[in-house]
Amino acid sequence: MAIDKATVLRIAKLARIEVADEATDGLADELNAIMAWVEQLSEVDTEGVEPMTSVVDITPPLRSDTVEAVAPRDDILANAPNAEDGFFVVPKVVE
Amino acid sequence: MSDYRIEGQTGDWEVVIGLEIHAQVISNAKLFSSAPTAFGAAANTQVSLVDAAMPGMLPVINGECVRQAVRTGLALGAEINLYSVFDRKNYFYPDLPPGYQISQFSQPIVGAGKVEIDLESGETVEIGVTRLHLEMDAGKSIHDMRPDATFVDLNRSGVALMEIVSEPDIRSPEEAGAYVRKIRSIVRYIGSCDGNMEEGSLRCDVNVSVRKPGEPLGTRCEIKNVNSVRFVMKALEYESERQVEILEDGGEIAQEPRLFDANQGVTRPMRSKEEAHDYRYFPDPDLLPLKLDADWVEELRVALPELPDAKKHRFMDEFGLGADDAGVLISEKETAEYFEQVAAGRDAKLAANWVTGELFGALNTAGLEISASPVSAEKLGGLVDRVADKTLSRRIAKEVFEIMFESGQDADAIIEERGLKQVSDSGAIDAVVDQIIADNPNKVAEYKGGKDKLIGWFVGQMMKASQGKANPQMANEAMKKKLDG
Repeated sequence: MAIDKATVLRIAKLARIEVADEATDGLADELNAIMAWVEQLSEVDTEGVEPMTSVVDITPPLRSDTVEAVAPRDDILANAPNAEDGFFVVPKVVE
Repeated sequence: MSDYRIEGQTGDWEVVIGLEIHAQVISNAKLFSSAPTAFGAAANTQVSLVDAAMPGMLPVINGECVRQAVRTGLALGAEINLYSVFDRKNYFYPDLPPGYQISQFSQPIVGAGKVEIDLESGETVEIGVTRLHLEMDAGKSIHDMRPDATFVDLNRSGVALMEIVSEPDIRSPEEAGAYVRKIRSIVRYIGSCDGNMEEGSLRCDVNVSVRKPGEPLGTRCEIKNVNSVRFVMKALEYESERQVEILEDGGEIAQEPRLFDANQGVTRPMRSKEEAHDYRYFPDPDLLPLKLDADWVEELRVALPELPDAKKHRFMDEFGLGADDAGVLISEKETAEYFEQVAAGRDAKLAANWVTGELFGALNTAGLEISASPVSAEKLGGLVDRVADKTLSRRIAKEVFEIMFESGQDADAIIEERGLKQVSDSGAIDAVVDQIIADNPNKVAEYKGGKDKLIGWFVGQMMKASQGKANPQMANEAMKKKLDG
């Protein structure tokens, strides 16, 4: 799979990363090199092998349905560039 | 199959509908954190560091939410997947702090099932359920606090939702409404979701397209976040007409999310600044796949309460009720329980008439739920007893019911206090008969001259004279006997 300039711009947009136009060619080359490297894995015969989801074969622990500490609102809002009446305030997201 | 059609210029159109229902799991804590789920708290006061996606925080699955999802799957007659995977659904929105929603994509916890819905025509239709998966809710964005800003409250962020996806088997607004009601009824019966649509515990995304019967599926639109059964039906009526108009004018349907405007009764494109989504699902590396024990699933299956359809059939078999009455009585668990209490040891059909007639009417007028009924099942049972043993005529019984509904007194006390007991003493009835015959010689002559129908008038006079207390059947017989004899 070859990654072209348009794909780079699309990925950048989905990830909300600003990419300067002159950087896109270089990024495309780098991404293609990474893909080619990962592509080597396809040489391995994985016929009949279950996908591995974890290196440790354990069942995930389940939490009991108990309410424990809630973070103080001031902590939750501490990093917000803008907050008002206990809400996060962001630029309007609907037209 | 429904014969619901939109009449167009070029012929009839068929409507194809699929629903995604988001049902909030009843749990104390959230799906992946220990923050509380209670509705209506002050903004951002029920948020843990996990819900706010602070760096380094890890999700841990709430076992109760898993249990409720499995029970719901079992109640939908669906297969339970003993192995399921949580995936990240990636998108940016201010009310989604991690930049992804933890959901289930290719391997959901519950697979295919089905529900039956009853239509007004008496027909029963089966609607396929594609799957049910667990996912976390996002926070809440409020756009109308200020013209230039969006306010975000993360209290809901991380609350467990069950997304129940239907097959595109639904063919009319009526079927869609009946399907939502059925799902709501099932989750309420088993107690996995409170079904409260006003508070958003149950909401629907409605997928709809139109086509000429027999043709391939048309392009669909998705009406997001509809929060009442009535709106689901109204939105569908509007949207299917809109699509037919566009297609008949030679246009194309844009596949887009839309919103239903309940005030105007129309759907509009959702004008979000987000572009078309590419969710880039992948398995969440923070969560191991969920493995369930088959014996545990079986235990949950055995422990499920009686479900709405089973109860309906039992009401029909055990109590001899018709499908209509049974359907109405089982739709809410509380109503079914109330009815069973009234019917216990009594004439079940009579009990059903009082519950679906007077009681529902009065509750509806007063805007009350059955759980808040001023007339308890025990008291309504007492009234039904007095009707069954003919102490009360039907008309007077209705009056007693009204007094009961106002005062909360029991039937016997009201009858005693107001002297409402039906007169079934033949001596007393005969005396009234004689009086009425004596007072109305002209009518008697007409009756004897062949106007048989006047018997109704005579009985009416008797009921009037006895203030409704005369046993109507005895009054009728006694009057007839006297006039004919």
